Amino acid sequence: MIGRLLAFIARLFTGAMPRWRGCGPEPKLRVYFANHSSNLDFVLLWASLPTEIRAQTRPIAAHDYWTSNPLRLWLAGQVFRAVLIERKNVTRENNPLTPMCAALRAGESLILFPEGGRNPSGEIGEFKAGIHHLAREVPEAELVPVYIENLSRVLPKGEILPVPILCSVHFGAPLRLEPGETKRDFLARAREAVVALRSV
Amino acid sequence: MTPPDSQTLWLFGGLFGLLCFASLIGIILRRTLTGEAAQKTIANLNARIFAWWLMVGVFGLAVVLGKAATLTLFGLMSFLALREFITLTPTKAGDHRSLFWAFFVITPLHYWTLATGWYGMTVLLIPVYGFLFIPIRNALAGDSTNFLERTAKIQWGLMVCVYCVSYAPGLLLLKIPGYTGENAKLLFFLVTVVQMSDVLQYVWGKLCGRHKIAPKLSPSKTIEGFVGGALSATALGAALWKITPFTPLQAAGMAAIIVVMGFFGGLVMSAIKRDRGVKDYGELLPGHGGMMDRIDSLCFAAPVFFHAVRFWFT
Repeated sequence: MIGRLLAFIARLFTGAMPRWRGCGPEPKLRVYFANHSSNLDFVLLWASLPTEIRAQTRPIAAHDYWTSNPLRLWLAGQVFRAVLIERKNVTRENNPLTPMCAALRAGESLILFPEGGRNPSGEIGEFKAGIHHLAREVPEAELVPVYIENLSRVLPKGEILPVPILCSVHFGAPLRLEPGETKRDFLARAREAVVALRSV
Repeated sequence: MTPPDSQTLWLFGGLFGLLCFASLIGIILRRTLTGEAAQKTIANLNARIFAWWLMVGVFGLAVVLGKAATLTLFGLMSFLALREFITLTPTKAGDHRSLFWAFFVITPLHYWTLATGWYGMTVLLIPVYGFLFIPIRNALAGDSTNFLERTAKIQWGLMVCVYCVSYAPGLLLLKIPGYTGENAKLLFFLVTVVQMSDVLQYVWGKLCGRHKIAPKLSPSKTIEGFVGGALSATALGAALWKITPFTPLQAAGMAAIIVVMGFFGGLVMSAIKRDRGVKDYGELLPGHGGMMDRIDSLCFAAPVFFHAVRFWFT
């Protein structure tokens, strides 16, 4: 209920219309991976999915940030149903890839930002290796590149008050790890797929 | 809220009839024409007609509900247009605070001055105080890259999307001797002539357009389309003289002003779109593009029409 309301507000404020260019909004097992320029990125991507698909899609979020106060904890747990991962002191016990793979194996799609951190300049940085690991461990999941346009202008890094600039969320054609493809090649190809959505 | 007079009812009745007629033609064309290209054109036409129903409905409702509703409607239109305008013109993080002021303080404040009838402030707020405030706020943000360009874009957005557009509902506040309580019809006159001029130029252009006026800026604008559309829209304006405080000749003159300014408005806003490499400002209405695409002519016609009426008739 609150999730639907939040999704509605996010779409109203940014005027965002999902553009399904390379695939449709289908209830398949997917990893949506997108460029990361704003704190609102995953909210908007999540809000752009149809309600029933949204219900089975979980964003990956930073454990330290989303457990730092009760409101965030509640939002992450109850509303977004985020998969919280450790990003600083990674050990064998809290390896972030374990909960991600577990969620995928439980039939839930994921929202992931492979750049790791925000790139407010609008450039798309190098991808971290996690997405390659997911592609290898859960080969049945489709990897859908997503380009979120203009959201960094709505809420630039360090600002609190958003401005209502129009955003778009572009969904590209799904990728899979090709047989024999190296990690480096795959990460470059995945990044190219997001970059390519920018120029349409 | 005052009940609309019989003239207003007739006007909206007329529009209703016109739209029924247009819808009927749309249906007939869809059934009779064959071929992919023709069907595509017809689908676009029907989308436009549908959007017209929506626009006439909303506009009619606002006019019937009175001044507050009309001001709210135009305020919302300004907001949406400004949003499309700013989206299209690249701004930087250093503009963020200025933009917040533009959207959430200056725009509502401007319409508030209009609602309270504070005419002196309505004409000054954006061109003077807003004009000075935006560069000050941007300077305080501390980023000097493309400073003039970035500042000018926000000033332009406010002037065109908010200040100029607001002259249309501003017509409701004019005190014209012998025309008290009837100003809504003046707004109707402006909006009808502006929009019909666009439609008629489009129709004339499709029928006999040959020579392009500005092939680089707006390839669909032709001399034949402009002349035919301008003359027929002026004639339409003259025919509407009864609802205005004008004589038939004056009504024709006013309509001509609206038509010419509206044409230039469309041309200028096209130039901005071309420069940014897009066809439409948004996709709010199917077939029409965004808010800005629909009101580009109004932006330029409204202030000049307002001041012409204020100068000669009040």
